[in-house]
Amino acid sequence: MAAIHLEQLRHSYRARPRDDVEADWALRGLDLRWTDGGAYALLGPSGCGKTTLLNLISGLLRPTRGRVLFDARDVTGLEPGERNIAQVFQFPVVYDTMSVFDNLAFPLRNRGIAAAEVDRRVREIAAMLDLDRTLAQRAAGLTADGKQKISLGRGLVRADVAAILFDEPLTVIDPHLKWRLRSKLKELHQRVGLTMVYVTHDQTEALTFADQVVVMLDGQVVQAGTPVELFERPRHTFVGHFIGSPGMNVLPCQVDAAGVARVDGHAVPVASASPGGARDRKTELGVRPEFVRFADSGLPVQVERVSDVGRFRIVDARLGAHLVKALIAEGQDVPAGGGHLRFDQARTQLYADGWIVD
Amino acid sequence: MATRVENQKAWWLVLPVVLLVAFNAVIPLMAVVNYSVQETFGNNEFFFEGVRWFKQVMQSTRFRESLQRQLMFTAIVLAIELPLGVAIALAMPRKGIGVSICLVLMAMPLLIPYNVVGAMWNIFALPDIGLMGWGLNRLGLDFNYTRQPVSAWVTLVAMDVWHWTSLVVLLTYAGLSAIPDAFYQAARIDGASKWAIFRFIQLPKLKHVLLIAVLLRFMDSFMIYTEAVVLTGGGPGNATTVLSIDLVKIALGQFDLGPAASMSLIYFLIILLLSWLFYTVMTRHDEA
Amino acid sequence: MQRLKPLVPTLYIVFLMLPIYWLLSMSFKTTNEILGGFSPWPQQFTLDNYRKIFTDSTWYMGYVNSLIYVVINTVVSVLVALPAAYAFSRYRFLGDKHLFFWLLSNRMAPPAVFALPFFQLYSSLQLFDTHIAVALAHCLFNIPLAVWILEGFMSGVPRELDETAFVDGYPFWRFFVKIFLPTIAAGIGVAAFFCFMFSWVELLLAKTLTSVDAKPIAATMTRTASTSGYELGLLAAAGALTIVPGAIVIYFVRNYIAKGFALGRV
Repeated sequence: MAAIHLEQLRHSYRARPRDDVEADWALRGLDLRWTDGGAYALLGPSGCGKTTLLNLISGLLRPTRGRVLFDARDVTGLEPGERNIAQVFQFPVVYDTMSVFDNLAFPLRNRGIAAAEVDRRVREIAAMLDLDRTLAQRAAGLTADGKQKISLGRGLVRADVAAILFDEPLTVIDPHLKWRLRSKLKELHQRVGLTMVYVTHDQTEALTFADQVVVMLDGQVVQAGTPVELFERPRHTFVGHFIGSPGMNVLPCQVDAAGVARVDGHAVPVASASPGGARDRKTELGVRPEFVRFADSGLPVQVERVSDVGRFRIVDARLGAHLVKALIAEGQDVPAGGGHLRFDQARTQLYADGWIVD
Repeated sequence: MATRVENQKAWWLVLPVVLLVAFNAVIPLMAVVNYSVQETFGNNEFFFEGVRWFKQVMQSTRFRESLQRQLMFTAIVLAIELPLGVAIALAMPRKGIGVSICLVLMAMPLLIPYNVVGAMWNIFALPDIGLMGWGLNRLGLDFNYTRQPVSAWVTLVAMDVWHWTSLVVLLTYAGLSAIPDAFYQAARIDGASKWAIFRFIQLPKLKHVLLIAVLLRFMDSFMIYTEAVVLTGGGPGNATTVLSIDLVKIALGQFDLGPAASMSLIYFLIILLLSWLFYTVMTRHDEA
Repeated sequence: MQRLKPLVPTLYIVFLMLPIYWLLSMSFKTTNEILGGFSPWPQQFTLDNYRKIFTDSTWYMGYVNSLIYVVINTVVSVLVALPAAYAFSRYRFLGDKHLFFWLLSNRMAPPAVFALPFFQLYSSLQLFDTHIAVALAHCLFNIPLAVWILEGFMSGVPRELDETAFVDGYPFWRFFVKIFLPTIAAGIGVAAFFCFMFSWVELLLAKTLTSVDAKPIAATMTRTASTSGYELGLLAAAGALTIVPGAIVIYFVRNYIAKGFALGRV
């Protein structure tokens, strides 16, 4: 078990990165604390630095600046093999020439564990992962999800393992097997209680797996919070946009002298306590389609399209040059042609330069 | 391999290749088979002899000795070139400017005409005017490949190793480059030693490449002719007379068509058979 | 142990360069100096050997002849191998597997076996002592090699590419030349490289099928060795010059060498 603390991490792939040049750095200034036994997701688009961060935690990379601590112990200088972590990669890594049993036993044997103990642990983990019937088979003969389970098993089999890191592990798994592996991971987490860090670009995976999601963009942490927090109160327009399907509506707005946010001149009440402070910056308004509804008065819009997705409908409405999406439940009316939209004030956030204005 | 569509018209695409290769292969082979079962006394009269030449060749000590020398030569060079080539490939840099330099310099011996290779080593190993010969004698060894069979063998093997190890190196290097990083990363996490990495990750992934290397080196060393003939001429005496040297002596030197032809067929068949054996053994090992 | 790692390839490269250095060093010495005694480098540096080669047509024509038939062979081998490799890669047809293996078996044919039959065959066709003869003879082992390499690369190209082009209405040859070939350009480069290599270095067949007009440099060298009595300096210079085309070719394909040896299917 380990509490992971990432202290002031900065990392560059260049040999001599320049401190003042942002583009030189893959990771720009991170500080995260994760508690023992939690399930965390690193979510973000390709190139945001999540795999770099994962490799820094596991020790495959040495950070250019900053420290990595497990349970307050500085492990920054330690090799991966010395760090009590396990990592599952994007595509299954198994030792083809060995049987499933030998694959699982490999990390233990490398550390000189006695044969009887090795046998016990391997069988225990194999049973947990439903691999016990395949132990004698050659690892190369298993399907992709079986091989990923072996990779996972090699991590679990070590009694001293502190955390398991996953780098987009479901990428090569067949879609109909993905959910099965996903539930298995969740079940494992509840049973074994290890710290798990899961890297993905798929928000569904992140939101269903993790207790806390860390959203990254361009080498920085944009927001770290529970799925609910990320959904209801995105601290950055990117978070709002990336999470949720469809994503948050982001509309450019101006804050007038009286501190009222206006979209194309129309006043919109926001949740922010002091919108006036954002007057001189690029301001935007964010509201999720779930919290947009039709009313008798409000923002005047033209309904352009209605898509029926089963239990609700997605309405594309045009407000001047902007497109606003609304999620309308079954049974509620959608006016044809023109109408008025109201945003739920408590869920309408004001953003300045992308960041939320509290 | 993706599924292939049945299409008999594909024969048109293959036709030019078939014609050219058949012209070069089938017609001469037919001539060889023809000669191998006939006797001629020179004035273009041929008499059918059946398997007389085959029997003669198989029973001749000369043939058997040449074959023995050939087998020994092939065994020695394979035993040296394969492990050496793999070891060098493992030690080569993966990134940076060193890679290009290494690859270019290592590939050079492969592109030198065989007779130049032979001539180079011929002078290089001469006891009084060659760097290697002079050097070895200076070190106290009594080295003269034109007179001593052992020295001749040493020089022949050294030349072949010099000439062809790079092929194994380049093939192995390509194979190693194809192994994804994730395997090495997982091994680091699993705490595997360098030997374990070699045995469980690199060697299995190199199987295919090594098979190609073994087959190519086996076939080519069994067929060696020009370099060897320019280097030692088969001597001293017939100490280094390997199969092809003997065959050419009989065919082009003595114009003994019958024996030469039957020897050719036996020679070709031996290569085919041994290659097939190698191939089956190595690929069956794979599926086991 | 880590620090010793660069030592291995370095030592090997030094080993490779020694005979080549010796050859170069001899090429700048006079034959007398070479035979006179041992010296690690030329005491009387001379360019005479090279001068002779560049001015005497019996010598430099040797290079020209070699280049001619090697180029002809490379072009022919690759050209006919391309459609054949495509057929093997994309289609099943009667006898395809057997045909493929038969082709490969020709790579295993000892040139020694074919020397005399080729001599008779090409003589009877009035092709003796022509560049075409050698170029065609080398097809025996180069075509199978080219087909093998190209098929490997072609199998790596998904069939969807072909199918899309056909659906879009491309006639076969236009698709092949304009779309397919650029995709496997690396493979063509590799195949051409190997054909060039194996044809350039081969001597036995080249010597057997030529006498004066198409005499390759290799044959000129061996003739000199026996008749004019060991003009070593000249031979060394001639030998050194045969390395040049090879070095040039490697330099140009150096980026593909590692990929190329993977033969597309390793």
